[in-house]
Amino acid sequence: MVSGLYIVIARGNMIKKLIGLGLFQTSVYLLYLAPGKIIGGTAPIYDKAYQVYSNPLPHVLILTAIVVGVATLAVGLALVVRISEEYGSIDEDEIFEQDEDQ
Amino acid sequence: MSGLQEHLPILQILVPLFGAILTAFTRRGITAWAIAAIASGIAPFISAGLLIRVLETGQPISYVMGSWAAPWGIEYRVDVLNAYVLLIISLIGLISIPYARKSVATEIDSHKQPWFYTMYLLCLAGLLGIVITGDAFNAFVFLEISSLATYTLIALGRNRRALLSAYQYLIMGTIGATFYIIGVGLLYVVTGTLNFADLATKLGPAMATHNKPILAAMAFMTVGISLKLALFPLHVWLPNAYAYAPSFATAFLAGTATKAAIYLLARIYFSVFAVVVPLKELPVSEVIIALSLAAMFLASITAIFEQNAKRMLAYSSVAQIGYITLGLALANKMGVAGGLVHMFNHAIMKTALFFALGAMAYRTGLGQMSSLAGIGRKMPITTAAFVVAGLGLIGVPGTAGFISKWYLAIGAINHGWTWLVFMIVLSSLLAVIYIGRFVEIAYFREPAPEIANAHEPPASMLAPLVILAAATIYLGFDTRLTGGTAQSIANYLLGGAP
Repeated sequence: MVSGLYIVIARGNMIKKLIGLGLFQTSVYLLYLAPGKIIGGTAPIYDKAYQVYSNPLPHVLILTAIVVGVATLAVGLALVVRISEEYGSIDEDEIFEQDEDQ
Repeated sequence: MSGLQEHLPILQILVPLFGAILTAFTRRGITAWAIAAIASGIAPFISAGLLIRVLETGQPISYVMGSWAAPWGIEYRVDVLNAYVLLIISLIGLISIPYARKSVATEIDSHKQPWFYTMYLLCLAGLLGIVITGDAFNAFVFLEISSLATYTLIALGRNRRALLSAYQYLIMGTIGATFYIIGVGLLYVVTGTLNFADLATKLGPAMATHNKPILAAMAFMTVGISLKLALFPLHVWLPNAYAYAPSFATAFLAGTATKAAIYLLARIYFSVFAVVVPLKELPVSEVIIALSLAAMFLASITAIFEQNAKRMLAYSSVAQIGYITLGLALANKMGVAGGLVHMFNHAIMKTALFFALGAMAYRTGLGQMSSLAGIGRKMPITTAAFVVAGLGLIGVPGTAGFISKWYLAIGAINHGWTWLVFMIVLSSLLAVIYIGRFVEIAYFREPAPEIANAHEPPASMLAPLVILAAATIYLGFDTRLTGGTAQSIANYLLGGAP
């Protein structure tokens, strides 16, 4: 989680920043999923043979969160493509320099 | 008719959402605009209907999605607080839409216009969704819907720096939203529920055994939402995003986007955490008051030295958000009421100011303060409306801004901090400087040759501007809608459980 956040802050390359963001988000998904699992629990389908079930709700929530994450990544990459077309670079420092020259 | 009324909470979201789908299928800007106009025209009536019903009955309206009972299914829960915020957002939507037609037609390529309206409607639906939902995770989903639409709206600005601002906002916004779900996740692990009302009841017993995760959750959610609402010093994305977005997007977002995030902060504090966490023992309110004060002063000072007119107003937004959070952090009746009144007033005044700048840019294509010299002689009505809204921002008696600052000042005195009143007045004087600087440039300098052909914008742009400027004055005298409602909300929030 922290390494993802670190990449976002420390890297100047915009694609690498997005990778870091993806890492950060994915680790949060795991934060949700891990407590949902009960050791020895089965899928939550009612059957007399089983008494212990894993909690299905975190999976449902994270399915939604994954979709949100994919959409964010898509918008982010689209923006980087446009930035690359306009500036000819995807490095933050170079782009800031270009804007200061004007 | 009663059947329809029962479904008002869901219609509030569905109308703009379906509008967004319809506009995605249109090919021409004018058709898309018509659909957007219908959707934004219906939304405020629904919000007004909800607010009236909640005020009449005094009971929250609960709408269970797909008839799944509340703690398990997603519940839309409308009480006075969110009915009020819904009204702010949808009213700004309604007033902006006539303005959009001409402004968007000049600033956006014609083949992109239908998509622009799609994004606008998605953003509206997302913002209304954040406010109306009673479910912490659902709020996250709506937060991301509105944010993704916002990034796209900003990126459509004509300057290439708009892309960079949108990218930076995307990074910051996603970190903010992810922090928020970390907080929600921790609360879910401790309590096993995501419903705000249910959280409030279950957090009490959980607090005895698990107070560390709950405090961590509170910290994560506070920081995450503060990023979204641009609380100083997490505001760095805002000035660029507002400065380079298309005029219409800036005006709409300035009035609505941060308000929805402020609502979410108020909701988790007053309806969830305040019930269980002894806020008095934690320095949360002191920290937020300190940051609000820093925002009020530092952002205003930056605004004074800013050359780009839109960036100046964007910094002023950061400062004004400081007033709102200050009021909420005071956590007494008049303070909270002041923050809420200022939410309404700021939405109206700031939208008017950005409309005026947008109208000037429409006629001249210019945005630097110095290049707009003498604009007051060429576009007298637009500039006059700018001045009226600017006076409101300063808080001159007789304008809406005075009412909110009056409430805030009383809130500060009731809190026992008289020096805070002095600070509020002092920071308002800073607003005098940056608004005054524009007035000086606009009226007392010789018109530059570039703006020689400038004249008043078309009626469809002028009318919303004049209405908002008139509302600034009107709300300075008649406080039944803002002050009265805000006080009953404050009573309700501070009276204990939701």
